[in-house]
Amino acid sequence: MSTVRLLAIFVENKPGQTARITKLLAEGRINIRWVTIATSGPFGVMKLLVADPERGHAILKQYGMMASLIDVLPVEVADQPGALHEVAECLARDNINLDNTSGFVANQRAIVIIETADIERARALLVEQGLRVLSREELLGI
Amino acid sequence: MSSPDRAYWKPAEETLPRPALEALQLERLRQTLARVWEKVPFYRRKLDEAKVTPDAVRDLTDLRRLPFTTSADLRETYPAGLLAVPPDEALRLHTSSGTTGKPKAIFFSRQDVDNSAELCARSFVATGMGRHDVFQNMMTYGLFTGALVTHYAAEKIGCLVIPAGPGNSDRQLLLMRDFHTTAIHLTPSFALYFADFLEKRRVDPRRDLALRRAFVGAEPYTEETRRKIETGLGVRAFNSYGLSEMNGPGVAFECQEQQGMHLWEDHFLMEIIDPGSGAPLPPGARGELVLTTLVREAMPILRYRTRDITSITDEPCACGRTHRRIQRITGRADDMLIVRGVNFYPQQIERILMAVPGVGRNYVIVLEGLDEMTVKVELSEAGFDGQLEHVVALQNEIAGLLRAEILTKPKVDLVPPGTLPISEGKAKRVIDNRTL
Ligand SMILES: [Zn+2]
Repeated sequence: MSTVRLLAIFVENKPGQTARITKLLAEGRINIRWVTIATSGPFGVMKLLVADPERGHAILKQYGMMASLIDVLPVEVADQPGALHEVAECLARDNINLDNTSGFVANQRAIVIIETADIERARALLVEQGLRVLSREELLGI
Repeated sequence: MSSPDRAYWKPAEETLPRPALEALQLERLRQTLARVWEKVPFYRRKLDEAKVTPDAVRDLTDLRRLPFTTSADLRETYPAGLLAVPPDEALRLHTSSGTTGKPKAIFFSRQDVDNSAELCARSFVATGMGRHDVFQNMMTYGLFTGALVTHYAAEKIGCLVIPAGPGNSDRQLLLMRDFHTTAIHLTPSFALYFADFLEKRRVDPRRDLALRRAFVGAEPYTEETRRKIETGLGVRAFNSYGLSEMNGPGVAFECQEQQGMHLWEDHFLMEIIDPGSGAPLPPGARGELVLTTLVREAMPILRYRTRDITSITDEPCACGRTHRRIQRITGRADDMLIVRGVNFYPQQIERILMAVPGVGRNYVIVLEGLDEMTVKVELSEAGFDGQLEHVVALQNEIAGLLRAEILTKPKVDLVPPGTLPISEGKAKRVIDNRTL
């Protein structure tokens, strides 16, 4: 069971930048499963969920991109109102700071992606709460 | 002198006691004056205007009565207006390119060619270099003095000299590996670029190369940049100062103490003046460096306004050399920027940037519109953990530090590595597109 990692890339907020990255990954046969992009003025960060983040990372590095791998916790929640709140609440009680939270729904399954510096403590808390933290294989199997 | 690392090239000249050195300076100044008075109509006219005759100079303080020479004077007298020898006796021509218009032509006689190499040889030996070194010269060969003068100096010492010239990093690396280069000479921007290149090629200079020394000059740079060069190339980096108008490199050079550059005072008289008023400033005060050649034969120059900002250190140096030191160049009198009424030098910005972990080596200052200033700097590996918020925080931190330094808050743009123009020669750090 390997840790789930997102591939994060620092990009200039300019037309064509996203396409450059997706092209490199496509050429490397790295399948992109999910993506978020956040921008702030002249730059932004693109985060990708891919089957092989380590190889994706190596490819982008080779082309001089500024990329980094982030360990995350994918938590499966009920696809209903209040589910995300339950997760946030659970972590906030123990003073765990979230760097970012995002999520998606696929095949009627709702997944929340949690990014925190305190990943092992967060994992323990969520499991204790009865929430399901997915492994890489489980997540990509959805 | 038992250890080669502590050797002098010409011990008597380099450690000449101050009183004797100053007496020699006065004697040589008077000779230089007599020479230009007699042979260079341009100087005869200037001296007449200043109402000075060569024998009116009785001690070194009389220097300030002499006229300045500016870079505009050199352009106006182009091509051969300052020549003090018959054209036939000139042995080599170098030019110094200006940003606009005519270049400055610098003639060397046989003696000047030899002296320029002598001073560089002194400088190299002062860093611990010796005949067993392999010297890869990564400066531009050609009209620019940077490479040729050091080339002959390294030959004089007896090094194996590799005239690589700048650029072509792959070939530089090949030469370094195959010929076990121990010393290199290059610009700071190329040094930083090359350090990056080695990192990309996964070359660990300490493990894979024999490099020990880098002579870094032709552009001003900061102490932080020096440290980056030393870490990135696995060398000790020695600061070098020179300008084509004064023979090129080897005017002033760091010794092993690395606390300022010894300026070879038996060949040049130095002054620091207020760049605005021209008034002389005392040792320790920062101002424009003014140089007078003392032994140049083909083209003596009186009180040349270098436009370089520095200060004189007159405390004795632990290395035993008696020639006083100048501090690293902190700017060009011409580079001074005025943005929203505040004046500063680009080097101040560089110093701040290089001290911030998380940013890389390349930056550019863009001035636009009505005094809008943007500092673009490349993010480094250490500055990116994947979180946008952390990049934004870093950007704000840099803007705050810059504001504290230059008293106006610039916009800061962090950009991915490799997005700013790469400079393998002189870096263009300021882009001024203002419509003032
Ligand atoms: Zn010294």
